[in-house]
Amino acid sequence: MYKLWATIVKDLRILTRDKVGLTLMFIMPIVLAIVITAIQNSTFELVNANKVPLLLCNRDTGDASRQLVKAIEKIGMFDLKQVTVQATETEIVDRMHAKDALVAIIIPKHFSDKVNEKANSIASKALNSFGVRQDSLHQATDSLSPITLFYHPVLQQSFRSSIQGALRSALQIVENKQILKSLYFSLNEKELPGDFETEIVNNQVAINEVPISRNGSRNIPNATQHNIPAWTIFAMFFVVISLGSSVVREKLNGSFVRLKTLPTNYIVALVSKQITYLFVTLLQTIVIFSIGAWIFPSIGLPALNLPADGWGLLIVSVICGYCAVSYAICIGVFAQTQEQANGFGAVSIVLLAAIGGILVPSFAMPASFQGIMKLSPLHWCLEAYYGLFLEGGKLKDVVLNILPLLAITLIIQLATLYALKRKNLI
Amino acid sequence: MSSIAVSISNLSFTYKGESQSCFDHLDLIIQQGERFGLFGPNGAGKTTLMNCMTGLLAPNQGSIRLLGHDVYQHKKSVNKLFGFVPQDFSFFQELTAAENLAFFGAWSGLHSSAIKKRTTELLEILGLADASDKQVQYFSGGMKRRVNLAIGVIHDPLVLFLDEPTVGVDVQTRHAIINYLKALNANGTTLIYTSHQLNEAEELCDNIALIDNGKIIAHNTLNQLLAEHKEEGLEGLFINLTGKAYRN
Repeated sequence: MYKLWATIVKDLRILTRDKVGLTLMFIMPIVLAIVITAIQNSTFELVNANKVPLLLCNRDTGDASRQLVKAIEKIGMFDLKQVTVQATETEIVDRMHAKDALVAIIIPKHFSDKVNEKANSIASKALNSFGVRQDSLHQATDSLSPITLFYHPVLQQSFRSSIQGALRSALQIVENKQILKSLYFSLNEKELPGDFETEIVNNQVAINEVPISRNGSRNIPNATQHNIPAWTIFAMFFVVISLGSSVVREKLNGSFVRLKTLPTNYIVALVSKQITYLFVTLLQTIVIFSIGAWIFPSIGLPALNLPADGWGLLIVSVICGYCAVSYAICIGVFAQTQEQANGFGAVSIVLLAAIGGILVPSFAMPASFQGIMKLSPLHWCLEAYYGLFLEGGKLKDVVLNILPLLAITLIIQLATLYALKRKNLI
Repeated sequence: MSSIAVSISNLSFTYKGESQSCFDHLDLIIQQGERFGLFGPNGAGKTTLMNCMTGLLAPNQGSIRLLGHDVYQHKKSVNKLFGFVPQDFSFFQELTAAENLAFFGAWSGLHSSAIKKRTTELLEILGLADASDKQVQYFSGGMKRRVNLAIGVIHDPLVLFLDEPTVGVDVQTRHAIINYLKALNANGTTLIYTSHQLNEAEELCDNIALIDNGKIIAHNTLNQLLAEHKEEGLEGLFINLTGKAYRN
């Protein structure tokens, strides 16, 4: 026991004197967590709180286009800037290049006429099919002229889809209103009363968003809640840089030769490293979670809500940390040089993070990656943490995520033992 | 207890993937209390033989016994009996001299109180007491050599293997190290030493073996070998027996 204690003390001393290693293990993940959360939070606010700048050129003079503009304003998603009717497409595009707006819409001439024609045609068809009135069908002469939507290439697909959805919704309102007006006029030979129109069109069913939760809490997940667990896991596995190269350094420098001539098994050195770095990973979680919970609100970011099951959080953190440490030692044992350990270690962690859902949400992965994802220990760590942080679950609720993680850890440990035996190190 | 410190019998060793063997049926006896020097040109097999004696390399054939114990079958108990001072600095540069001694002392099987006592003694004897709290990476080459030696003797070994223990040090440090080794030997420690510093070897060693091409070509006391080959010094004897051609 004394040998193990002396080795742990030695490892802790070397670790605390390695300024670069400490920076990589503590400062870098904290900075990453803050930066990524801040960026994602601002993206969230861009869609929900801030408004997307939109240039609108209405070349139509009719009522439907005015209603469309009103409907777009009502969505609340856009900062609407109207441009003159004479503005050419080139001028609009130039303004967008100057970052005056990210999106531009051109409502074509005769837009209202076409919408009215289409509405009358649909209303006639409807009345005929109800048998209310036999009428010569209004024929929509042409299909509706399309509305042109320019978008800045910096807008990602998801944003464009979201903007298109909002515009379609506005168009739908205008078209429905026209159809309703037309139907009403056909049946009553008078205009649709304004208040009735408002009541019918605007009285939409509300959507009540409820995040599912195992403990019944209604905490709305935010960028912090998603990012802090994810980047904590990334930080834990990034100990590969310090620990992997520490194992290689010990193997390559003279001290290892001397250790092999002493009456102590090298396993003691590896057990010491596991204990020391497990402590480091737990310290990382404490530091990053504390920053998320108490520092984030003071810098304008949403606070991290810690799970109610504290013991569950501790056990999941220990298992994740142990898996990360096992992986780092395995890399160190297999690597021949520090460059190999650092290079392969860092790249493999980024890859495992990518396929594990740390960088891109797992539900957004292509189908072919859904199976591969399960091979990444980071995926199971993330699922277990999300079970606690986002779903309000307890330890029993994330057991099915912990078991594969333990299995992967066991495989990594066996691979390490095999390499140690093969290299005659134990 | 056996009066033989190291007994090598019928030793054959070939590195993996090499066709040429390093040793073929080599025999050697080193008595307890000897100051034994193993010399030879580059590539003669000195370090390989020392690595076999310390259990770092396993021979293909033959046996090596240290104080009566088989080096490979009783590795753990044998490892308590000897100390090893490799040519390379074999310690943690980020630790202080005292911290290195504390760690290697524990791995040598000593307990906390014994480590503290030996650390104080060794740092004092080897002139490192004033720098005991300084990280070794900031030491001079001579100081590092002394730390390397201190770690090898922290557990008072009965046999001490030394691979070029004074390479790259100044005259003062060399003098201090040689004197300390003589004092250790006077207290009963068997020294098994290899070096290219033949003047130093003449001063330290009483028994000598010359190894070349995996064979022991001479083994006797220094005086008898010099008389036998009509040479005045070890360097002349060395050239006489191994030739002047370059070795790789």
